[in-house]
Amino acid sequence: MSLISIMPCLDMKNGRVVKGIHFTDLKEAGDPVEHAAFYEREGADELAMLDIAATLENRKTRLEWVRNVSAAIRIPLTVGGGIASLQDMEEVIAAGASKVSMNSAAVKDPELVRQAAAMFGSEKVTVAVDARRNPALPSGFELVVSGGTRPVGQDAVAWARQCQDLGAGVILPTSMDGDGTKAGYDLEFTRAISAAVSVPVVASGGAGTLEHFYDAVVQGGARILLAASVFHFRILAIRQVKEYLRQRGLSVRLEG
Amino acid sequence: MIGIIDYGMGNLRSVYNTLTFLGFDSVVVADPALLADCSRVILPGVGAYAMAVDNLNRLGFFPALKQFAQSQKPLLGICLGMQMLSSTGSEPSPCEGLGLIEGEVVPMNVGVTTPLPHVGWNSFKLLHEHPLFEGVSKEVDVYFVHSYCFKPKNERDVLCTTEYDNIIFASGVARGSVVGLQFHPEKSQKSGMRILENFCNWDGLC
Repeated sequence: MSLISIMPCLDMKNGRVVKGIHFTDLKEAGDPVEHAAFYEREGADELAMLDIAATLENRKTRLEWVRNVSAAIRIPLTVGGGIASLQDMEEVIAAGASKVSMNSAAVKDPELVRQAAAMFGSEKVTVAVDARRNPALPSGFELVVSGGTRPVGQDAVAWARQCQDLGAGVILPTSMDGDGTKAGYDLEFTRAISAAVSVPVVASGGAGTLEHFYDAVVQGGARILLAASVFHFRILAIRQVKEYLRQRGLSVRLEG
Repeated sequence: MIGIIDYGMGNLRSVYNTLTFLGFDSVVVADPALLADCSRVILPGVGAYAMAVDNLNRLGFFPALKQFAQSQKPLLGICLGMQMLSSTGSEPSPCEGLGLIEGEVVPMNVGVTTPLPHVGWNSFKLLHEHPLFEGVSKEVDVYFVHSYCFKPKNERDVLCTTEYDNIIFASGVARGSVVGLQFHPEKSQKSGMRILENFCNWDGLC
């Protein structure tokens, strides 16, 4: 089995890290390269960077930081936020991203997932699936878009399955009921997704304690564990999480 | 000079960046005639086998790379670049490879519940010593992204193996001055950098 990966996530706005590591030994507070390099040194297995204000003007800036960050780190980089077209993906991949994450654009045009997989390979295509609880839908989870503000009326688990069938190589489910609460990953939703697909699932949203990471693997079925706040605010160190998972019998990456 | 082959599919930047980071000059080569000026060559790769060999063929890299390998200069294939060293591929349909290391590239035959592509960090077992792995810890993990694997015809061409689900596949192959790695050394942090550094300093002899 491949190893469990820890994936810190940096939120980006206009080329700056907005919710970054609260740390004084970084030369420049918002510099994405500094943040990325810091997480790599800390033992991150992968890095995610999410463009939270992805506007047209921002696109050029985005390519610049993707280029700079990917040149500075030796771990895979996933870039998401405002990816709307094949051209967006092509540019971001050419700039050095290992994977590109789509969300609303895929919901709007599922064909985009198929085209992206054919063009860049499934392993490059991550689909982020945001959901909230809604008992009216078969799985109990309704797909939402636009940063969780707009419900689509579609079953989120069925959608994840459809994305896999269209060629997505990674599914990144986030439950709007749990994100940012640090009350733990939404295990029920993560489990529902990982049971429905065979591609790797990224647990996302809500990690706050060491147990949360462990539960996401054992109960949620996730292989990649994404977290933002818990690392940003230095509540846990990445190495500490990996050490804990290893102690509890999970396989994590050994650093050479 | 280290040449990085550009056949219009691979993500050359990460390989190029890592070499620059390590202090080695490299050049992106899109014209096979320029291979003659290279002391060593890296064949990166992303995408499907058939399309990649088509591109290599169209650009005239097939004879040039075979000739380069014959000259005993170091040649490193990474991921799909490693797979293309084989005799035949099957993605999406049967096709011919470079044939530098005999064998076929086949889909990974994992159980239905096992995620594919095999994406993520995994370990490897080195079957014999090799200059590229000098100083690389045996207890180290490297980064993989693939759904197909290389089955060399001759067992002695297998340099290292990796276990995923119920299968053991060749994560590294080597014959003479030709080496292929299924994992991405350019994304495998310190150990990956050490392997690339070793390659850049290697004389092609074992």
